[in-house]
Amino acid sequence: MSGAASAWSLAVAALRLWSVDPSGLGGLVVRARHGPVREAYMALARAWCPRPWTDITPDVPDGTLFGGIDLGATLAAGRPVHSMGLLNERNRMISLTGAERMRPALAARLALGLDAHRGHGMLAWDEGSEEDAAPPQALTARLAFHVDLRDVRWTDTLETGAPEDAPPPAAAPLPVSDQSDEIARIMTIAAGFGVDDPRAALFCLSAARAHARLAHRSHIAEEDLAQAATLVLLPRATRVPNLDTSQDPPPPPPPSTPDGETEDQHDALESQSQSPPLDLTLEAIAARVPENLLDQLRAQAARARLPQAPSGGGQGQRQQGNRRGRPLPPRPGRPDGRARVDLVATLRAAAPWQRLRRRSLPEGQDARGVLVRATDLRLRRVETRSDRVLIFSVDASGSTALSRLAEAKGAIELLLAQAYARRDHVALIAFRGQRAEVLLPPTRSLVQAKRRLASLPGGGGTPLADGLRSAFELARQTWGRGMTPSLAVLTDGKANIALDGGADRVRAQGDVEAWATAIRTQAIPAIVIDTANRPQARARALSDAIGGTYLPLPRADASRLSSAIGTVLEPR
Amino acid sequence: MTQPFPFSAIVGQEEMKRAMVLTAVDPTIGGVLVFGDRGTGKSTAVRALASLLPSIETVEGCAYNCAPGANPCPMCEARETRKTVTRPTPVIDLPLGATEDRVCGALDLEKALTLGQKSFEPGLLARAHRGYLYIDEVNLLEDHIVDLLLDVAASGENVVEREGLSVRHPARFVLVGSGNPEEGELRPQLLDRFGLSVEVASPDTLEDRIEVIKRRDAYETARETFLPKWQRKDAALRKDILAARARLGDVATPDAMLADCAQLCLTLGSDGLRGELTLLRAARALAAFEGKDAIDRSHLRRIAPSALRHRLRRDPLDEAGSTARVGRIVDEVLTA
Repeated sequence: MSGAASAWSLAVAALRLWSVDPSGLGGLVVRARHGPVREAYMALARAWCPRPWTDITPDVPDGTLFGGIDLGATLAAGRPVHSMGLLNERNRMISLTGAERMRPALAARLALGLDAHRGHGMLAWDEGSEEDAAPPQALTARLAFHVDLRDVRWTDTLETGAPEDAPPPAAAPLPVSDQSDEIARIMTIAAGFGVDDPRAALFCLSAARAHARLAHRSHIAEEDLAQAATLVLLPRATRVPNLDTSQDPPPPPPPSTPDGETEDQHDALESQSQSPPLDLTLEAIAARVPENLLDQLRAQAARARLPQAPSGGGQGQRQQGNRRGRPLPPRPGRPDGRARVDLVATLRAAAPWQRLRRRSLPEGQDARGVLVRATDLRLRRVETRSDRVLIFSVDASGSTALSRLAEAKGAIELLLAQAYARRDHVALIAFRGQRAEVLLPPTRSLVQAKRRLASLPGGGGTPLADGLRSAFELARQTWGRGMTPSLAVLTDGKANIALDGGADRVRAQGDVEAWATAIRTQAIPAIVIDTANRPQARARALSDAIGGTYLPLPRADASRLSSAIGTVLEPR
Repeated sequence: MTQPFPFSAIVGQEEMKRAMVLTAVDPTIGGVLVFGDRGTGKSTAVRALASLLPSIETVEGCAYNCAPGANPCPMCEARETRKTVTRPTPVIDLPLGATEDRVCGALDLEKALTLGQKSFEPGLLARAHRGYLYIDEVNLLEDHIVDLLLDVAASGENVVEREGLSVRHPARFVLVGSGNPEEGELRPQLLDRFGLSVEVASPDTLEDRIEVIKRRDAYETARETFLPKWQRKDAALRKDILAARARLGDVATPDAMLADCAQLCLTLGSDGLRGELTLLRAARALAAFEGKDAIDRSHLRRIAPSALRHRLRRDPLDEAGSTARVGRIVDEVLTA
């Protein structure tokens, strides 16, 4: 079985378990692009969970979720018409497209809905690419299965999981019994994979029960646990368990395959054998760990560190809000709980039509008051100034580390303290060795910035071009979130690693110039701080290319440096 | 309504539970801030506590939870007869991204559009009166909502002046906020508004973790046997809280303790006098809860970290964290 095919069968297995207990397991986060694979999966989900499905997008208005007055119907009928609201109903299946674009506010509302235990299930489609932010954890923590369909080819979908072979009707819920052993085992496995969230453990238990019910067992067998842990805990793993590799060869893992259908055949075999000790289960699951799990974990962690789409106070303002700031002309629309109705503008829009409307009223209807139609409604709009974000791109290569990395760190710490006082956001990029790394995406959390900075090691080549590229991309991203980026590059300008990681001074210099130009064309305010022992012509040339200010790092005087940077970046 | 998870069945998290019980004994302590990881029982504790508290008496049909004897709200004033009913202590969720309209109330569009009447539709603040207002991820709340909450929490009254409306109604509630500090920080002004602050973490032993999952699972799958088992404990706790409320006025405050409070806050350099007041009130509530006649140093010692850790002038580059600083200074001052 190829890796991709097993990814599909795992996804199908998750869906099968979910169909047993849709609300107890919360739902699925599915990482997939648009395409036939996704269509096939969605068709499967709809076929196996035959309940009313509702599609929503991240822009769903509060009225749809929580109910409220149906304005159009109310105005037409002349009496209040209420809509029930998706989350207030029962047993709804919700399909959320574009989950990665979701704002934390929506995640909080959906989490509220899921926590209310009204039998809702949710299928959240995460269409993000590697660089985009992940869906908010407030929601993903409440959905049991995290499925990745990106590597599944369409031909794989033909192998298993046709909509018509729906899972067999599950047995009745398991009899209530003491399941301390199973719980202890799940917790051990969770600890092995570094999964701390108790919700994940609960989901794992529920999934194991669902698996047992599908197999018409009255107890949780070993393979139920293994399958549940593979589906629930493995995608949340933060580390690979450190299995004790003692002298004797590891015992063969229990015969459990990710494919749910073949497992039933092993049932008789399994139940006869003794329950293996704890670490056996762990090993069995660890055997299913894909080769590149560590890389995936790293990518996931990096993605999780990316800030969510913009919200309020914590993460910067959108440039156009509707609550405060400079007023803009009102626009037509429906109040959805996020925008306020501009009463005066609404009345003004309704005024010219009064005579006509009164005349066209049916006989006998009350013609007093102002006759307002849905098309008259105007919403208030305002514009706010965006927050500032200060992006540090720090050269931590061997040449700098030798001389002045510590001083540069000191200077940045001072700037961080200032940024804190001004409620600016800061971001930190370090480049050394082969690549640049975003150590800290834009944040106001000073503690994190401080911690990451303190643990920044030095040494290796100078991939200056990659440092500029990362800074440029981060600046573009923050722009998209409505923040205003400024850039501070701390380097000695001695680039010797090209963008592709090759050690070639000439190409490295060419790449640096290309990205410096890119930064200049975007007119990002920038400053280049020369960290060399003596001021270098290279660094000065770089600052010219970026279109920024050049500043040699003053010796042993971090406060002078920070005041210098302050004056350069302050007047925008 | 489904019965929430029982308060006494929460494993560990003693500091959080104590802080919440104290706000139930004396609501004037002024709210609890809970900072910590996901899934550590923050919201469970709030909901559990409210369901444990005795019901409140209020005027029937009043949207503001008016007490029968108190100054009548605009809605009750217009009423001819006021019938008293009991309601469970309200716990209101303030969802992230709630609009100002929903929080403080706004023009009732329904009536405005259909009847042509100008009337006020009460918001979440009105519903939280005499109960709990719970804000998850309070550190991500938008600044203007935070300002608004600050004002109301300080004055105990919600004033709405907009869209031609002029309404004021009482809104006294215990603010409970929770959040994860890694995701963003809270403005010091709001921090100071919270009486107590606690830090919670996932249980660090495997046994505790297993116990958490066991109880939660029993709550979800075997409710009929699980709930009665804990309801007795909850009832005992309720009795203790009620007894503590009755005793609260009689707890003596020796001058030496006042001096200790002042000395603690002085040494820590906390801004303003709110620290002393909260420390004193919380210590008094703790003494009352434990059935003592007077505050002593052991009460101060136990409650000082919760009451003071969020009031220190923040040193943004201090790694150790304020908990360690408070602990050190409490040791210094109270053993002197």
